[in-house]
Amino acid sequence: MAGTFHFDAEDRSNAFITRVESATFGDGRLAGIPLAVKDNISTRGMQTTCGSRILEGYIPPYDAHVVELLREEGAAIVGKTNLDEFGMGTTTENSGFGPTTNPHDPARVPGGSSGGSAAAVAAGMVPMALGTDTGGSIRCPAAFCGIVGLKPTYGRVSRYGLIAYSNSLEQIGPMGRSVADVGTLMEVICRHDARDSTSYDRGYAHAPSGEIRGMTIGIPAEYFGEGVDPAVAECVRDAIATLESAGAIVEECSIPSMEYALAAYYVTCTSEASSNLARFDGVRYGPGVGTKRSWHDEFQEFRGEHFGREVQRRVMLGTFALSAGYYGKYYAKAQVAKENVRRDFLRVLKSVDVIAGPTMPTIAFRFGEKSDPLSMYLSDVLTVPANLAGVPAISVPCGRVEGMPVGLQIIGQHFADEVVVDVAFAFEQEGPA
Amino acid sequence: MISEREVESIAKLADIRIQKEELGEFTVQFNAILEYFDVLDRVEAAGEGRADLVNVFREDEVRPSLPVEDVLANAGSTEETFIKGPRVM
Amino acid sequence: MKVIIGLEIHCQLNTDTKLFCGCSTDYRDDPPNTHVCPVCLALPGALPRLNTKAVEYALRVAKALNLEVAEECEFSRKNYFYPDLPKGYQITQYDRPLAERGVVEIEADDGTPKEVRITRIHLEEDPGRLVHRSGRDRAGYSLVDYNRSGIPLIEIVTEPDLRSPKEARRFLNKLRNTLEYLEVFDGEREGAIRVDANISLVGHNRVECKNISSYKGVEKALTFEITRQKNQIARGHEITRETRHFNEGRGITMSSRSKEEETDYRYFPEPDLRPLRVRDWLDDITLPELPDARKARFVAQYGISHNHARTLTGDMKLANFYEKVAGDDPVLAATWVADTLLGELNYRDMKIDRVPPAHFADLLALVRVDAITDRSGVDALRTMLDEGAAGEEMELPSAVVDRFGLRKAAGDEFDEVAAQVVEAHPDAVADYHNGKGGALNFLVGQAMRETRGRADARDLGRRIKELLENKEA
Ligand SMILES: [Zn+2]
Repeated sequence: MAGTFHFDAEDRSNAFITRVESATFGDGRLAGIPLAVKDNISTRGMQTTCGSRILEGYIPPYDAHVVELLREEGAAIVGKTNLDEFGMGTTTENSGFGPTTNPHDPARVPGGSSGGSAAAVAAGMVPMALGTDTGGSIRCPAAFCGIVGLKPTYGRVSRYGLIAYSNSLEQIGPMGRSVADVGTLMEVICRHDARDSTSYDRGYAHAPSGEIRGMTIGIPAEYFGEGVDPAVAECVRDAIATLESAGAIVEECSIPSMEYALAAYYVTCTSEASSNLARFDGVRYGPGVGTKRSWHDEFQEFRGEHFGREVQRRVMLGTFALSAGYYGKYYAKAQVAKENVRRDFLRVLKSVDVIAGPTMPTIAFRFGEKSDPLSMYLSDVLTVPANLAGVPAISVPCGRVEGMPVGLQIIGQHFADEVVVDVAFAFEQEGPA
Repeated sequence: MISEREVESIAKLADIRIQKEELGEFTVQFNAILEYFDVLDRVEAAGEGRADLVNVFREDEVRPSLPVEDVLANAGSTEETFIKGPRVM
Repeated sequence: MKVIIGLEIHCQLNTDTKLFCGCSTDYRDDPPNTHVCPVCLALPGALPRLNTKAVEYALRVAKALNLEVAEECEFSRKNYFYPDLPKGYQITQYDRPLAERGVVEIEADDGTPKEVRITRIHLEEDPGRLVHRSGRDRAGYSLVDYNRSGIPLIEIVTEPDLRSPKEARRFLNKLRNTLEYLEVFDGEREGAIRVDANISLVGHNRVECKNISSYKGVEKALTFEITRQKNQIARGHEITRETRHFNEGRGITMSSRSKEEETDYRYFPEPDLRPLRVRDWLDDITLPELPDARKARFVAQYGISHNHARTLTGDMKLANFYEKVAGDDPVLAATWVADTLLGELNYRDMKIDRVPPAHFADLLALVRVDAITDRSGVDALRTMLDEGAAGEEMELPSAVVDRFGLRKAAGDEFDEVAAQVVEAHPDAVADYHNGKGGALNFLVGQAMRETRGRADARDLGRRIKELLENKEA
């Protein structure tokens, strides 16, 4: 039933960077469903900016693997959603195209970096959207905007066409109003792709089941530690109690490597980013670089002018972490730490089926609330471990604090995306509306 | 602790021009972040990781390249089918 | 003063596609930027995919040069900015290369065998190509062609075991030859090989000469550099540890600005590619007969000299050609190929593969049965090659011989010429009888001129002498 979708929803949250008025679609299981795609995922013929002025006007000549899959299933791609520039942020404030606001409270951030996708779904503009998650960028905005977001197991969804921020950590994932929608979108985008050498041949065909009787849920002490808002912690503990009353067995557990996981995360992602973003020199795409002076002068000027401050900060941090004399102290150590985190999760997930805790330590911040970079980074402490370990994690709404949504995070074993979806689905059936 | 001078040379290595007046703030932020990163000094290897996914290859088969118009479409400036870049002399 | 030289050689592998994408490597006759795709143009979001053939080729080289292949190796990113480098980093191998510790045997300057140790071999991608055009308004920019971007290279690094520019050249010839025998490399492609050389005089600082893009260039650059360094030392200056660029046109090395020198490449493992465990592929690689083995076989099988065998096996295509024309008289064939044909080809800047072996065999057959003289043979060969060089179809030498009447003068014609010459030069005949030795040579020369080289000089001499002796009697 191919056709054209007319997209006239009002964008009060600045959720979109680029939107189309009418999107044609084909047949398939997503036929005619309007879908939003985060603007760091390449779309043939549609501007793809990564939220950066350095890519303004860039029209990819090819589709990302996930976009091909969406089109094959008949989705109507209605636009490209806002994000922190290159995914570098927790609020979507760092976009070169202005911040996105939270549909629940325009004075608050929607979370990030997939804030545009989350806001578009929460505002009802689209039922589903694609996000990307490097250190929580799907789960954080899902939690802050009161929607569902899944970060798949690393390697399960092809990164081909995803404009890299941190290759070894990031995954594209589904966001939606319900667990069922997220599951449907996951079924479409989870396909092996030979063009991504880190892609596993582990498709996803799973109808969510609410049956969690006898399942063991680990509660790591570290997820309720210092820095976690007590009201948020309480809300999440209530949610876990709901799961327990649905028949799950709850156990205490510990992830000691959480102590340094955040540092390992920031060293890894900034290092990789410093290299990934080297290609943005204005020669082949984006606003043109000057050519009159010698290349270093022109590149420095161009990158100084077109990258935002947070991108500059992270690229410089990563450059430093890889530089001669510091590689061992930072990058190499971070890789050891990453392996330790992976081992911690493997160990814990041998004795429990999933791990549960808050997605974010607080509710959505007010704009300007976190002014210094480090305190902003610290708010990612509960989401980055899943990226370091490569395991799947989902955020599902579990209540409200001060009228703002709170997310329950459920983390599973490698390739057990189906299990975290099931637990989220069970909660959605049982939990507060 | 890293100095403004070091931050300046990192910016240069990253090919990013930083305004003089911004250097101070970057330096303060870097030092706070790097101090936080010191927690990594406490990391000890729990064991070597061994990659489970190895030997991912492609056959040596020619695939169509992009039409040259697509190659040039996004470039700032071109000459014939060349893309213009900055000087190197 | 003892000279110490180590080389880093970059060779393009002749796979059909690039190292990390399916673009064709056959770009040399095509316009700029017609062999590029999202991967080799570094479009945002594109990911590299490793060409299995490039790995196999590199392993062939590792095996042929006796290297130890790593149990597991990986790719790394070498980060630096340059307008020809689309990603802002080069995918290469750094602290975990494909293979390490090998050895190549060459001849030292004194002719004795010598081992050159190979430090490592790794795979990497070629950057794009910059073009600079002259003209005042064009001085302000560069032109980039990404057709070369992503062409597979192997980098071969030697220990500092070479002791003279000549040794370095011999090593490179041997290496090139070996790579061609392995069928992984085509040395005739422009820019297919590029060399960086480290050179020092014992007790002094080391200098790196980058950017040498021909075999001859290496010897030239090294010779220049040794002289320069010796002069510096003689004047009491210390050698600066630096990177210099070789200017092929002027035959000199020039200091590159210090600005570029201290680049910090910030290597780290390439997260978009998986590690390789390919050591066991070696079991499936059967090496072809390599130059040294072939040389020994040529001497044994064809009974030709070591010198001829060395020349003929010094280029795989030449050796293949020789084996096609060796026929019933391999010694004669070796002489004609190594001593005559090569010179004629060089003179015309022609490659051996332009010469049809059947044509050359036809020529050898004429020489072998004495149907023509050597000189006529050379004439026929030149005619044939000139036709080839002019883009015409080459004539069979026997047809050339017939067309120009180059068959040996014999019988009546031969006797007639001898008689005529004696008849026509009574003075010389008189001189001969008066004991002037030069007279006979003069007469033979006249007869040779008359037959335009179609007669054998010694036969003519014998015949004319007969006539002269008879005349006296
Ligand atoms: Zn390509």
